[in-house]
Amino acid sequence: MNKRDFLKDAILFFPAAGVLQALACKAEGKELSASTTTGYDQSQHWYGMGIDVDKCIGCNRCVEACKAENNVPSEPFFFRTWIERYTIKADGEVTVEGISTKTPEQRIAEQNQPIDPSVLRTFFVPKLCNQCAHPPCVQVCPVGATFQTKDGVVLVDETRCIGCRYCIQACPYGARYLNPFTRTADKCTFCYHRITKGMLPACVEVCPTEARIFGDLKAKSDRLVRFQRRNPISVLKPDLNTEPKVRYAKLDGEVR
Amino acid sequence: MSGAIPAGLYEQLASSLSHVQGFIYPNEVETHWSILIVCYPYLTGIVAGAFILASLVKVFNVVEVQPIYRLALLTALSFMLIAGMPLQLHLGHPERAYEIFMTPQPTSAMAMFGFVYLWYLLGILLIEVWLEYRQQLVLMAQEATGLKKLLYRALSLFSTDISPEAVAWDHRASKVVTIIGIPSAFFLHGYVGFIFGSVKANPWWGSVLMPIVFLMSAIVSGIAMVMLVYMVISLLRNEKLDMRCLDKVGLFLLVAIIVDFALEALDYIHRIYQSEESIKILGQLVLVKLFWSMVIMQVALGMLLPLLILALVRSKRLNEDMRKLMYFVSVLLIELGIFSMRWNVVIGGQMFSKSFRGLMAYKMELTGIESLATAIVLLSLPFIVLTVLHHLLPTRWLEQRGIAAH
Repeated sequence: MNKRDFLKDAILFFPAAGVLQALACKAEGKELSASTTTGYDQSQHWYGMGIDVDKCIGCNRCVEACKAENNVPSEPFFFRTWIERYTIKADGEVTVEGISTKTPEQRIAEQNQPIDPSVLRTFFVPKLCNQCAHPPCVQVCPVGATFQTKDGVVLVDETRCIGCRYCIQACPYGARYLNPFTRTADKCTFCYHRITKGMLPACVEVCPTEARIFGDLKAKSDRLVRFQRRNPISVLKPDLNTEPKVRYAKLDGEVR
Repeated sequence: MSGAIPAGLYEQLASSLSHVQGFIYPNEVETHWSILIVCYPYLTGIVAGAFILASLVKVFNVVEVQPIYRLALLTALSFMLIAGMPLQLHLGHPERAYEIFMTPQPTSAMAMFGFVYLWYLLGILLIEVWLEYRQQLVLMAQEATGLKKLLYRALSLFSTDISPEAVAWDHRASKVVTIIGIPSAFFLHGYVGFIFGSVKANPWWGSVLMPIVFLMSAIVSGIAMVMLVYMVISLLRNEKLDMRCLDKVGLFLLVAIIVDFALEALDYIHRIYQSEESIKILGQLVLVKLFWSMVIMQVALGMLLPLLILALVRSKRLNEDMRKLMYFVSVLLIELGIFSMRWNVVIGGQMFSKSFRGLMAYKMELTGIESLATAIVLLSLPFIVLTVLHHLLPTRWLEQRGIAAH
């Protein structure tokens, strides 16, 4: 090989190697980011949340805290967590309302309504990403932007998401939305930035009745493990085999 | 956070919210897959269908279809070149689309898209078209002058050998490519159906029949499109239609539409009979949201009526003009029906809540990226591409054009 050829090849070879390396680093990115938190070992945890349906009073504080903590747009079309109200009448008729989409004034006005004697019972159900152990959203993401961490939290890498919205279609719980600012898929992260530092998710922190119990399913003495032992537990849409890690105590069969 | 909110998004969502019936999960207000995603399976389906029609000539030696062999290939190619565009335009981050090739997620049905698409375009269609036209391109290059000569030489990839052996080799190679092409075409559109059919969260989509229904409807729409293009081109050129060819293609179309109808009917009968948890909301979906687009346009006008017309053409001794008119009306109706079917799958699947307690509304924008205007442009583009291709690569053989073959 003469000098001219060598230089020609080198001009091609070095930038090409650089591009490949940069791509390789990008592909590894999701693995690296998780272990950068010092002294935190992902493999030692498996996070979940318990919801004590009887305790929720529908105050919507969790929703507000979540929006503030995670920069969720305040408009009533984007939610990482929300509250549903179920009204079951004596004749079996079920009405469901999303109270988080209502304004505070609307909610107060409704509270001041006279009691309807035909109502058998009402209750609130907090909803959020179920952080499935077997998540359909992760399965369908074409570029691997949605992934499950070793501690069991499903996250979205907003620098990688292409905004195809397949994950939104694949989520059976309506837990995902397209963030209008980033144009990428967005959802509850269990406040991953907080829990990896030993803090509670914002919604759990502000709940006045402790209707939400956050915990580590790998720790034997954890509150969540105790909660699961003491209560009859069910999950949403168990037939879809998503294996949710958000577990509901005393959940009514009407809730989907 | 970064970026600006698309103009009018909140107003649009507020309007959609005001049209919600019953209860929906709050994030379900937005219709995530819009009219552009309706165009995508429609365009891809025509590619697969047109190619399968072309393969009848090459692999199954159906001589009657020979006159439209080249037209079918060019139709497939024209639609293929555009089929990826609606997806690209729909992305929240179109500049990251290359990630599908760079870091594909092996478990994702969608990740395969890029590869299946590229394989079909580069591995099958372009090679098939090149092999079919090589001899003619060499001859045209010999006769042309200037830039045109260079263009034809470039298109023939600077090959010059048109000896009988070389041409025979072209034919053999083309047959092999077509044989590989048939399962590839099946895969191309069956896979599009799988993208929808594999979504277990959505009972309107999640059906094991979805890929095969998509495939059969693709064959129907592709055959109908080639027939339509053939009739229009002949009209423009003031040429006589080859009635033997038209009758034969009409027969294939009739068979395809019967199979398609049977499969779709089976799907609905199965759903109604099994009557699972979702049946009530799906019933409401059809009656409230999709009555016009599904019951009237897809089934009655787009399937049963053309089926009846195509059957009548065969059973009665009708004159040529009557048959032409009946074919023309049926293929137009079929295209309308298949487009409605894509609409009903894509949009219909997003019109009911996954809580099974409410119905949403889709308000199509008239202008903007994800709008009716873009859809019309995308649906017109294949015809513009086809016009250019048709000009460049004549569908008539040299002998018929009065140029002596060497």
